[in-house]
Amino acid sequence: MHKLWASTYKEILLLVRDIGGLAILFLMPLLLLIVITLVQDSTFKTITDTKLPILMVDYDKGTVSENIHENLAESNSFQIISKTSEEEAKQLVLRGDYQLAIVIPENLSTDLDQKVTENVDGILAKFGLEEGEDSIPVVKSKLEPKEVKLYFDPATQQSFKSSVKNGIDRMISKIETQTIYKAFQEQLTDDASEVIFDTENFITFTEIVPGKNSGNIIPNSSQHNVPAWTLFAIFFIILPLSINMVKEKNQGTFVRLRTNPVSYATVLGGKTLVYTSVCLVQFALMLLIGVFLFPMMGLPELDVSGRLPLLFVVALFAGLAAVGLGLLLGTIARTQEQSAPFGATLVVILAALGGVWVPIFVMPKFMQLLSNISPMNWGLNAFYDVFLRHSEFSEIIPEIALLFGFFAVTTLIAIGYNERKNAV
Amino acid sequence: MIQINQLSKKYKGADYFSVSDLDLIIYEKEIFGLLGPNGAGKTTLISMLCSLLKPTSGSFSINELTYHTNKNELKQLIGIVPQEYALYPSLTAYENLCYFGSMYGLRGEALKDKIHVHLKTLGLDQFAHKRIKAFSGGMKRRINLIASILHQPKVLFLDEPTVGVDVQSKNAIIDHLKALNERDTTIVYTSHHLNEAENFCTRVAIIDHGKIVCKGVPKALIDAQKNAYNLEEVFLAQTGKALRDHA
Repeated sequence: MHKLWASTYKEILLLVRDIGGLAILFLMPLLLLIVITLVQDSTFKTITDTKLPILMVDYDKGTVSENIHENLAESNSFQIISKTSEEEAKQLVLRGDYQLAIVIPENLSTDLDQKVTENVDGILAKFGLEEGEDSIPVVKSKLEPKEVKLYFDPATQQSFKSSVKNGIDRMISKIETQTIYKAFQEQLTDDASEVIFDTENFITFTEIVPGKNSGNIIPNSSQHNVPAWTLFAIFFIILPLSINMVKEKNQGTFVRLRTNPVSYATVLGGKTLVYTSVCLVQFALMLLIGVFLFPMMGLPELDVSGRLPLLFVVALFAGLAAVGLGLLLGTIARTQEQSAPFGATLVVILAALGGVWVPIFVMPKFMQLLSNISPMNWGLNAFYDVFLRHSEFSEIIPEIALLFGFFAVTTLIAIGYNERKNAV
Repeated sequence: MIQINQLSKKYKGADYFSVSDLDLIIYEKEIFGLLGPNGAGKTTLISMLCSLLKPTSGSFSINELTYHTNKNELKQLIGIVPQEYALYPSLTAYENLCYFGSMYGLRGEALKDKIHVHLKTLGLDQFAHKRIKAFSGGMKRRINLIASILHQPKVLFLDEPTVGVDVQSKNAIIDHLKALNERDTTIVYTSHHLNEAENFCTRVAIIDHGKIVCKGVPKALIDAQKNAYNLEEVFLAQTGKALRDHA
């Protein structure tokens, strides 16, 4: 026990003496959290608050194109710039000057009216509602289907394209439906003020995020960002830890320790205690940033009320998992050139697999399976359980057990590797 | 007593044995010098005796203990002064010594007293709370030595303990080692300083190509070698004058 304490004290001294390193260890994760949350928050605001300039070429000049124009304008998402030539609009989008150009085809309004009127007349004739016994049978004209063209900048992201396409599709469906209602109205009554059809949506949807005790939870972007990026930062502990171990090898102090009557487990124990504590301090600082600094910066406040103890339990086990990985890397690596790039890349890969960048449910099936082996996935699930689902301790036991298992396995492999490599 | 039997070491990928079928007995309380040109196998032999390298074949025991059966007991018994400064540069001399002393189970006032005595004897007590990175080469060598002897080892291995230091530091180190030996510590050391070895060692072995080419009391070796008046002449006669550069 005395040797473990001495090792721990030595690690504390080594950390404290490297003021620059210590500052980086604590400040960089905070900076990461602030920058990522600001970027994500501003992206969200860009979509909702600012208008994206788009081009519109209106060859129709009718009610449908007017309707599309009005709907786009009412959405508050777009600033509509009219162009007269499809070719000009296409070139501007291709050059990347605009993200999107909408081309409304010629005669869209008149053809849609005619098509709908013919359909309505046909339906009414079937029901025998057409005026006169010897009414002329409905003759259907051969109208070509109309195509609204959407030109996208090749650099536009797929997610943006999908959301714009869906929005315009919904808008056109609504216009078609309203045209059908209007045609029926005109056929069934001469009184334009008489309301036959209620054109309001019958089916609406309400967003509900179920809560446990106190009704609905409405998670904000900080509740999502802080756990994900905190975990990312915690795992970056493997870099200073593995570098610390490689330095000991290069300084010769590790050689001296090998000749001392002290087990490798004790040496690693000291590092584990100190670096896990560093993770917890990092976590505490990040919570403080979320609770106090975010609101000052116009970001949503992080709500940790009543969940602090459980959050620290998750942070402790996530820290242990990260430290275990750092111990293994530090044991195997011979140089800082090996440990630093490998460690940094590994953390990014684990973060990607763990769902820090992209939610796991949108990943391909194979990647979803693979994500199950990322300790960051276990940690993130545990954090979300506590932060967003208000879970109890018993409900996060599976995740923290996996994190602890990961720490135990990586540390045992490190000890085994060292014993095998240095066996005499 | 250190008893070495047919000890050999061949590094992975090497064409030759660094230590080859070496037999040697080093008696208690001896100051035994392992001398030889660069690449002769001195450091390899000491590394095996200190559990830093696994022998390819053969065996050895120290005070009848082996690493296979009494690893921790044996480690408690020995001390090693490595050729490099095996110290934490950002810690003070005192912090380094406290840490390495603790690894031998020393603690509290007993540890403090030992550190104080050794620092004072080697003229470093006023620098106890200065960081190692500010020390000169000679000062680091002396701290390197103290870190290995705080637990009063029965056997002390030193790999070139006086390399790169001034005469004053060298004398301080040698005097301290002599005092240790007088308190029953067996000393095994390697050196290229043959005059130093001649005066310091009770017995020496000259190693070349992983084998002992001669061993004995320095004076006896000098007397036995024709036209030799010191250990250096014996050394050159036994190992030749050809350069020993290899990579």
